[in-house]
Amino acid sequence: MRFLRFLPSSKIALVLIPFLLSGCGEQYLLFNTAGPVAKIERNLILTTFVLTAIVVIPVIALMFYIIRRFRDEPNNSAPYRPEWSQSHKLEFFVWGIPVLIICVLGILTVRDTFRLVRPTTSMNGAPLTIQVTSLDWKWLFQYPDQKIATVNYCEIPTNRPVRFILTSDAPMNSFWVPQLGGQEYTMPGMAMRLWLQADKPGNYFGSGANFSGREYAHMKFNVVAKPESDFQQWIKQTKSTAPALTMDGYKNLVQQSVVDKQTYSSFPPGVFEQNIKSEGGMYMKHELKEATD
Amino acid sequence: MIYGADVSIVLVTIAILFVLTYYKKWGWLWREWLTTVDHKKIGIMYLIAAILMLFRGGVDALLMRTQLIQPNMHFLKAQHYNEIFTTHGTLMILFMAMPFIFAVFNVAVPLQIGARDVAFPYLNAISFWLFFFAAMLLNLSFVIGGSPDAGWMSYPPLSDLPFDMGPGENYYILALQITGIGSIATGINFFVTILKMRAPGMTLMRLPLFCWSVLGACILIIVAFPALTAALALLLIDRIAGGHFFTMLAGGNPMMYINLFWVWGHPEVYIVVLPAFGVFSEVVATFSRKRIFGYTSMVASIMVITVISYLVWAHHFFTMGAGPGVNSFFAVASMIIAIPTGVKVFTWLFTMYAGRVRVPAPMLWTLGFIPNFAIGGATGVMLAAAPADYQYHNSYFLIAHFHQVLIGGTVYGMIAGMYYWWPKMFGHRLNERLAKHAFWWFNIGFYVCFMPQYFLGYMGMTRRIFTYSPGMGWATWNLISSIGAYMMGIGFILIAADIIYSAFYGERDTTGDIWDGRTLEWSLPSPAPHYNFAVIPQVNDRDAWWESKQQRLEGKEVTALQYKSPLRPIHMPKSSGRPFVLSVCFFVAGFGLVFNWYILGILGFLGVGLCLILRSFEFDTDYYIPIDEVQHTEKAYGRLLHGEQ
Repeated sequence: MRFLRFLPSSKIALVLIPFLLSGCGEQYLLFNTAGPVAKIERNLILTTFVLTAIVVIPVIALMFYIIRRFRDEPNNSAPYRPEWSQSHKLEFFVWGIPVLIICVLGILTVRDTFRLVRPTTSMNGAPLTIQVTSLDWKWLFQYPDQKIATVNYCEIPTNRPVRFILTSDAPMNSFWVPQLGGQEYTMPGMAMRLWLQADKPGNYFGSGANFSGREYAHMKFNVVAKPESDFQQWIKQTKSTAPALTMDGYKNLVQQSVVDKQTYSSFPPGVFEQNIKSEGGMYMKHELKEATD
Repeated sequence: MIYGADVSIVLVTIAILFVLTYYKKWGWLWREWLTTVDHKKIGIMYLIAAILMLFRGGVDALLMRTQLIQPNMHFLKAQHYNEIFTTHGTLMILFMAMPFIFAVFNVAVPLQIGARDVAFPYLNAISFWLFFFAAMLLNLSFVIGGSPDAGWMSYPPLSDLPFDMGPGENYYILALQITGIGSIATGINFFVTILKMRAPGMTLMRLPLFCWSVLGACILIIVAFPALTAALALLLIDRIAGGHFFTMLAGGNPMMYINLFWVWGHPEVYIVVLPAFGVFSEVVATFSRKRIFGYTSMVASIMVITVISYLVWAHHFFTMGAGPGVNSFFAVASMIIAIPTGVKVFTWLFTMYAGRVRVPAPMLWTLGFIPNFAIGGATGVMLAAAPADYQYHNSYFLIAHFHQVLIGGTVYGMIAGMYYWWPKMFGHRLNERLAKHAFWWFNIGFYVCFMPQYFLGYMGMTRRIFTYSPGMGWATWNLISSIGAYMMGIGFILIAADIIYSAFYGERDTTGDIWDGRTLEWSLPSPAPHYNFAVIPQVNDRDAWWESKQQRLEGKEVTALQYKSPLRPIHMPKSSGRPFVLSVCFFVAGFGLVFNWYILGILGFLGVGLCLILRSFEFDTDYYIPIDEVQHTEKAYGRLLHGEQ
């Protein structure tokens, strides 16, 4: 796949970004990217936009021209050829141009699809792992290495790939942080991965993207990115000041409710893996091992 | 609001009953409409039902847009909002788009191919009544027991026990299941009709493009709908018999439902859009006074779409953990669909090229469709790029895209078809002035409504949220979008007003060929006699009726169409009340199962069985129209017969 990288998608995109984004405020989260994953996706979005515009704009222009030129009016001097219905030359272009564009788009898409299944930058040291569980109607984040947990927000260090492992202890949902990169579904009994990374500190809006019941609209969270040292500081502080999440506390969280942000200094060990297993993961041992390792 | 709906339903029902009784129309209604097997009348009933459902689905849409006008709005409650978007999606796809295309199938296909009816008229009536009572069953949910609220796709586990106890999901499953039976039957019916009942001389490569598109849609229906039937049946077993097909707890898997659903669901969007392409092809050729450009390319593109649309379903869940290989395959396959679609747009443009373009209502909707579909198609390609879809999925970008292609394609196409064939159905045309106003309200409203939603998608707004907080920058675009929705509502009201106005004052069509048409249906009087063709025409060309008119202009004897051979008695199917009764039984069975009232359910199914058995012992199902009567009818239409001047 290496040769594909020389294709000029990102260059085209880079030239166009200033035009497309002039006038766009920072509220356009998909363009206001904060990490390498979101950047790749944004560039692909802009490339596809440009390539499809090559067809769309001429089609619309041609339509208005033809209607003007060939209107059924008595004085219209434009040629009228009611039997003309075949032209191999024209049909060659009619099929050829879309085929060409789709070829280019297809190649770029395949390239990026393979690019995003692993961390997009080389890792210095271990990635940070965060286990995410979508609940009715809140998000639980567990840090298996740091042994802390949060609800409806999570903190990550900047410039370090983060491995989100996703599941659900409720109907399925979808975990989406637009400024850091795309979304991935959370499904009961399964563990899915999403690699994201933040390049600069900030508060990044995240939400559940797949409908999951009555109060689904309230499933929003923030991903807070801060420099590594501040992040370590936050861990330390959380461990010393926050309350612990007990098993009863977890069972309480699983109940249907809308809650505010919460922070816990610990969580019952293995509760994430246990949930996946008991929700049906026991039938998918291989996938489970691969996803949670 | 629900009580308001209850009251209005009761009042309307009483009013209808009163009017029917007062004017002594019960017998007429039963004889002429409820028992008919005439494809033209069935088409008209489909059309009326589709427009009513469009109204209901449109009201749903306006309620939702009202709720989203500003942040933290308190117009609808969460539960209510969820029910409304679920029924909006379900109604629009299955109870508006499907009957609307079936209406046009029924009205146009037999007339275009020179046939006297569809291949299985009795089955055709069953299809219609199954759809009708399924629609009633779904609509009933709003007033009895609660509407479905798990989204129109109703993914488990959300739609499964125990997350959704209420009867709403049962209504959804059973209504879809019942209408699905009718849809499969319609698919088979028109597939056979087109392949077996074409007039002599009409080879497949002389088939009007609309019929080609119907053929493509029918192939899709026949192969795709069983997947939906299976998915819904399994979900029903999960729900009412404690099965575990889609709950992972006992070894089932929700992915199985999602795959089955979209194995149907993606072809479904081509099922509803292909006939629209067909309508556009007819309309463009007629109103450009020109042969369609690149007929072979058109046929090829219809068939390519028919096949490839089966290979793209997983693009509905790129983000559900499939590997990059799978995602790449489905991404590229989805993009390939854009090629034949692009070809079609170009061929429509070249058809107008060097023609003489008139722009009455059907053409107006066709021209309105082209920029719409160009933009919608382009955003479709953008969505097909799998990594980009990681950002678009479930966002308002997606919502804007599929409304743009489904409304811009199917609804524009069906409305164009409605205006185009209205004279053929009712013998008068719709008012042009009202039609133009309706179009511009609808079309401009359409852009005002959906263009902002692309921006909302880029801002990270997800679908199906009933409320949002200020500070996201979403408020302005949502307000504009809602204004657009109201404008579309005004457009719809103008269309409805046009229909009522024109019934009284519309220009009558005495020629039967009001548009200077090209295909066989325009060789008949408007509305067509119930046997369609007194003599089955002999077809020698692609645009048979146009060619025969050209021959007449050149002073040649018209060889193709009119009364060359002597009249013979015409073989016709008899009307039957049983399709109606059968469908009522299905309705009763469905209603029983919704509430787990098994006795009622079993009674309903016994009724269904009884109807089937009675039918199989019925031999007196057809009759002959004598020559005298045919002559009499033809004379009344002002058509003098061969050798009888």
